[in-house]
Amino acid sequence: MNENLITIRNLKTWFDTPRGTLRAVDGVSFDIRKGETFALLGESGCGKSITALSLMQLVPEPAGRIAGGSVHLDGDDILQYSEARMRDVRGSRIAMIFQEPQTSLNPVISIGDQIRETVLQHTSLKNDAAKQRVIELLDSVGIPDPKRRYEEYPHQLSGGMKQRIMIAIALAGEPDLLIADEPTTALDVTIQAQVLDLLKKIQADTGMAILLITHDLGVVAGMADRIGVMYAGQIIEQADREQFFKTPRHPYAEKLFASLPGDMKRGQALAVIKGNVPALTQEFTGCRFVERCDYALPVCNDTVPDWLDSDVSCHRFDPNWQKLFATQQAQQMQAESINRVEPAEELLLEVNNLKVHFPVHTGLLRRVSGYVKAVDGVSLSIRKGHTLALVGESGCGKTTAGKGLLQLLPVTSGEVVYDGMDLCRQNASTLRKLRSDLQIIFQDPYSSMNPRMLVGDIIAEGMIAQGIAKTKQQRNDMTAQLLQQVGLPVDSVNRYPHEFSGGQRQRICIARALAVNPKLIVCDEPTSALDVSVQAQILNLLQKLQSELQLSFLFITHNISVVEYLAHEVAVMYLGRIVEQGHVDEVLHSPKHPYTQALLSAVPVIDPATQQEIIHLEGDLPSPLNPPMGCHFHPRCTHATQACKDHYPQAVSFSGTHTVSCHLYATS
Amino acid sequence: MLAYITRRLLYAIPILIGVNLITFALFFIVNTPDNIARMQLGVKNVTPEAIQKWKANHGYDKPLLYNENKNGSEALTETIFYTKSVRLFVFDFGVSDEGRDISHDISQRMWPSLAIAIPSLIVGLLVNISLSMLLAFFRGSYIDVTGVITGVVLISISALFYIIGGQYIMSKLWHLVPISGYTEGVAGFKFLILPVAIAVIGGVGSGTRWYRTIFLEEINKDYVRTARAKGLSELRVLFRHILKNAMIPILTGVVVIIPLLFMGSLLTESFFGIPGLGSYTIDAIHAQDFAIVRAMVFLGSVLYIIGLILTDISYTLVDPRIRLS
Amino acid sequence: MNITSNTIAWWQVMPNVLWTDWLIYLLLIAVGVFVYHARRHEHLRAPWRQILRRRLAMSSCIILLSFATIGMLDSIHFRQATDLRDDGSLRYSNESVSLFDQLVLPLKNNTEKTYSAPFATQLYSKENIEAADGSVSRDYPKLKYGGAHLDNAGRDASKDIQNRIVTATWHAALAIVLLTLLFAIWQSMKNKTQLGCVLLKMWRGEQDGLPWKTVITTLGSIILLIFLSRELATVYHVFGTDKVGQDVFYLTLKSIRTGLVIGTLTTLIMLPFAIMLGIMAGYFRGWVDDLIQYIYTTLSSIPSVLLIVAAVLMIQVLIDNNPDAFTTLQQRADVKLLALCFILGITSWTGLCRLLRGESLKLREADYIQAAQAFGVSNFKIITRHILPNVMHIVLILVVLDFSGLVLAEAVLSYVGVGVDPSMISWGNMINGARLEMAREPVVWWSLMAAFIFMLLLVLTANLFADAVRDAFDPRLRN
Repeated sequence: MNENLITIRNLKTWFDTPRGTLRAVDGVSFDIRKGETFALLGESGCGKSITALSLMQLVPEPAGRIAGGSVHLDGDDILQYSEARMRDVRGSRIAMIFQEPQTSLNPVISIGDQIRETVLQHTSLKNDAAKQRVIELLDSVGIPDPKRRYEEYPHQLSGGMKQRIMIAIALAGEPDLLIADEPTTALDVTIQAQVLDLLKKIQADTGMAILLITHDLGVVAGMADRIGVMYAGQIIEQADREQFFKTPRHPYAEKLFASLPGDMKRGQALAVIKGNVPALTQEFTGCRFVERCDYALPVCNDTVPDWLDSDVSCHRFDPNWQKLFATQQAQQMQAESINRVEPAEELLLEVNNLKVHFPVHTGLLRRVSGYVKAVDGVSLSIRKGHTLALVGESGCGKTTAGKGLLQLLPVTSGEVVYDGMDLCRQNASTLRKLRSDLQIIFQDPYSSMNPRMLVGDIIAEGMIAQGIAKTKQQRNDMTAQLLQQVGLPVDSVNRYPHEFSGGQRQRICIARALAVNPKLIVCDEPTSALDVSVQAQILNLLQKLQSELQLSFLFITHNISVVEYLAHEVAVMYLGRIVEQGHVDEVLHSPKHPYTQALLSAVPVIDPATQQEIIHLEGDLPSPLNPPMGCHFHPRCTHATQACKDHYPQAVSFSGTHTVSCHLYATS
Repeated sequence: MLAYITRRLLYAIPILIGVNLITFALFFIVNTPDNIARMQLGVKNVTPEAIQKWKANHGYDKPLLYNENKNGSEALTETIFYTKSVRLFVFDFGVSDEGRDISHDISQRMWPSLAIAIPSLIVGLLVNISLSMLLAFFRGSYIDVTGVITGVVLISISALFYIIGGQYIMSKLWHLVPISGYTEGVAGFKFLILPVAIAVIGGVGSGTRWYRTIFLEEINKDYVRTARAKGLSELRVLFRHILKNAMIPILTGVVVIIPLLFMGSLLTESFFGIPGLGSYTIDAIHAQDFAIVRAMVFLGSVLYIIGLILTDISYTLVDPRIRLS
Repeated sequence: MNITSNTIAWWQVMPNVLWTDWLIYLLLIAVGVFVYHARRHEHLRAPWRQILRRRLAMSSCIILLSFATIGMLDSIHFRQATDLRDDGSLRYSNESVSLFDQLVLPLKNNTEKTYSAPFATQLYSKENIEAADGSVSRDYPKLKYGGAHLDNAGRDASKDIQNRIVTATWHAALAIVLLTLLFAIWQSMKNKTQLGCVLLKMWRGEQDGLPWKTVITTLGSIILLIFLSRELATVYHVFGTDKVGQDVFYLTLKSIRTGLVIGTLTTLIMLPFAIMLGIMAGYFRGWVDDLIQYIYTTLSSIPSVLLIVAAVLMIQVLIDNNPDAFTTLQQRADVKLLALCFILGITSWTGLCRLLRGESLKLREADYIQAAQAFGVSNFKIITRHILPNVMHIVLILVVLDFSGLVLAEAVLSYVGVGVDPSMISWGNMINGARLEMAREPVVWWSLMAAFIFMLLLVLTANLFADAVRDAFDPRLRN
């Protein structure tokens, strides 16, 4: 065994809030060995970021304070250090990168100067030598043309590039430990693959340890040597990667795996963790997970589980209690099967060559000098009772396509045929009547409801606008029924949206959409703002509703595992156009387009057995204002030929359902 | 950049036309020149002849918008609208109702105004920024709380009291500086101290309060956390990272008023007897000399629009994120 | 028939409602409706509760309310009946007085000859006094009212003042105890708890989360001041008298209404424009936006002081040239005050309009607005149900922030000569009049002092209250 670099014992970080002391981190202990990657895994609000900030002693003051514990770095307790001494640790011994590269860099200082600042602070290099070192660092994090980039400002770089700059800043002090706080959460999956790869490479070169903080089991599987699972301010399980992914022991960890969507679970309900994370302002007398645990026994309620030799804190693994659990069979819920609708051929809605262009004005007279071609000729067909997934990275135009389809944005050209009518050519009153058939659910459950309206009024709004229920009594009855349908208590009508959690809010949004009896719901990333366990609930609900009400979904997402689980058909979008579409198995299991292949390969997978070679994409998504000539993907494509540069490829059909727009298959 | 400025200047034209129409409506339609003449002549001397004579002397004896008695372009130019409003566009302010050349007066009187306004602005800015940085540095402590409360008290006191109190204490009780007056050159320095000091003290409450909010907003941003994670000292973070970002709203907020400094301050100048444009306006108000007030309104609008354009330009200079197009 | 005026009852009066009075009543109704509405909506009630739980804000609120009470009492104008005509109808006085005037009648009527210092019993300047024996001496003449109840004012005044302070304090203390008990009884009835328990909780600041100690201290101070004025101001001039011998305390109390009218009516007048245009510009965009932007850019490009100056000058000329339109001086002054509010309103709506435009631009892209559009909800309904409620906090914050600025502006404008009518009692006119006397020896400082204290109290409490409102309603600052 390698020796420990940092030893954290019983760390407590508390926040003073008007509602009492919030014990965000409540007795966390773990070690990180030299050169290893230790992953702290947990859902939002479990205290993993605060743990990281506590190591740096950067907990936001005055609300937060480190209430106890010790952090020994190479034998010295750095919690006892003075602020001045701590400054020599920060950036030099321990460096940190953050989740949001967009905001984490100073916008008015050139990136070179921002890196050089750390070089000057923590090394003896001066002037030209320091600058030279910065250029080396830029080079080492894979920034092309580092000399020129030195003078550039953060806004001139893409998100992935900015995260590389953050890594360069962190490396400048040659730290022993790098804390990476959700380093790729804000990035697209192909960029995520690049950044994770870079971190691995740097670790191999420098031998530094990494404390990786993440909620993504896939990232953990690809990166971590050892794992600590956090729940409600504590570490509840700690294990090696192999062991953890083979048999997670704590009921919470077990549930996390079960709630992940994927193609293996198609047709059955995902496991959900009931209830919510307990409020951290209370004193705990038992296990923190007891309310949500399927195995819970009375002992779990009144005895706090010890941290066991087996590196898990659960009474099930405590020799004293094991017998009790063995006799009492867990009331495990059987994976409920869901009535999955199989393809009917009846078309519900057809999109032909839809274009949504936004004009760009420049020059003296603000003349239109060009167009941002957000959606540039998209054709889709959605069948009754089906789910079509529209997949793509941020900025590819998938949300614009969804809103354009619903006529929520001015459509430039193309047609959306529904019920024999082209929606783009209907007058306002006809369109208004048709709106009840086509609804939308948004990504952010926090901003999709008017905070000043009662839930009852929110749900009834569409009924009133569409004249669905005439009297108030009818509306109230319908609202109550809808709330039951989405699994919320009926008395929710008299409460405000802010009183609900993210998942509950998304349920209200679904109820709101259902209120007007739609045929098609555009689901715009409805689960990306939610934790995995909550995501499972929403996905279950959507599937249940689909089979009950014969709903069609246009499911806009970047999350491939959700697509695998939920979709019947898939369309992959790149820079305003669809590059590949077909049946879910065709597209996901035998992708033809190089972009689809790269995209799928970059998705981190949990099962080490299916770990495959990642196809790395060079660079970033080009601007839709000025897309590359020919095939939009050719500058990043390894198979690119002259033909790709010259003209956009025609769609090639592989089967009745599977079509690909790529020159590779043009001749075959 | 050039195209941008040109466009902004072109955009200024309809605005100035609007300003002109508003002032024209105010000065000549709400009140006819007859009314003004009656006002100027006083109750005793009002006879139709006297009114006509006064109007003829001051160039108000023309039709408002269209002169039916003239032909061709003169039908439009021989009107009050043309002679009194349109000529403002070429900065021809004409003569005042008392018969003085307004343009000449303005060029004479803007210097004393600037002599007060520029030092007030610079000293005020320095004081406000330093104080607000101090409060931001000690945020949440007693220094901060005391500072904030003092600031609220300071902004709750009328500017009149600052001037009256300052004159009373500094000049009348302590005889430190002259109570009012102005001379040009170095000798005039002693006259400037009190007005500048009072302008700074009068503005310190609101200035510090505003800048403190800007600093606190910056302090809570993510890049500050990054800077701290680099191991920089708190002072370095404040001066190198936060100040640089906070200066963007501060400077651009200041730039817009720079052209207006020419106009001077109504209050300060009239209290301290400084022969600038502020007291010029006040005198005109008291004498009800509408020609001067009209000229000042137009000049003020022009300077404000210049200020707006300068603001946009200054953004591009201090903020690398903004490129004008 | 020989009926003297003292047979006419006090209630035989003729209401004489001024223009600004009407608007104040309207404002009061609007506030009442808002309070009723806010009480029924949790998202509106919660921030107000948060405001009132802050000690400084609660205290400011109470002080502002007492200012508002004086202003309200001073906004009920009527003409008193003087005598009966032969046909039995009542003849009314030409002079219209307010309810407040009636309440403080001694202050209004006890006018001296000229300046006198606070609590003085003699005039400020020496005069030739003719004694009973015909000899003329030059001395400070005795005041007609200030200390007139004393036999030897010079000797007994300080003793008398002390006695009166003690009396007033006793009375006030009694009233405060009574008030505290009333509060406690109300709370105990409301919450069904024991009186002693409620009192203890109030002392500890636990009762309903409200800062009862602050409430009682503030109210207590106001009660004490009322009792002190009742004891002292009726027989002395507590803030002296001005040039024409009017009681300065009376003047500064009367100025409250002027300040409040300017601070509130200006916003009331400009609010509909600012809200409607701002939201329309942001929501509809396109040419509507261009037009509205043009209007407010043009208006705001004229330096506001100059625009106010120009407009007020013009109004003055207009009024001067139409003297027949107004029957009394008071009406004339009132119309001028209203005009000033209009002008200030026109110059101050642009800022709010710009803010609301920006906010509406952001809101129209919000998911919940898009959801409403996806339901086919009409634009009008989207504006009234979704956008308006979500920008009202900005309106509220700006209204309270503007208030203190407007009160201060009145003083400056009156100094410049474009403020309220010179015959109208206002702090601006008080300062303006007193400023000229600073050169005297000894200095006549009391008018300035009185205006300073009352203005500071009003503006400071308004500012503190505005800060609390902003903190409570601005979601950016909430977390």
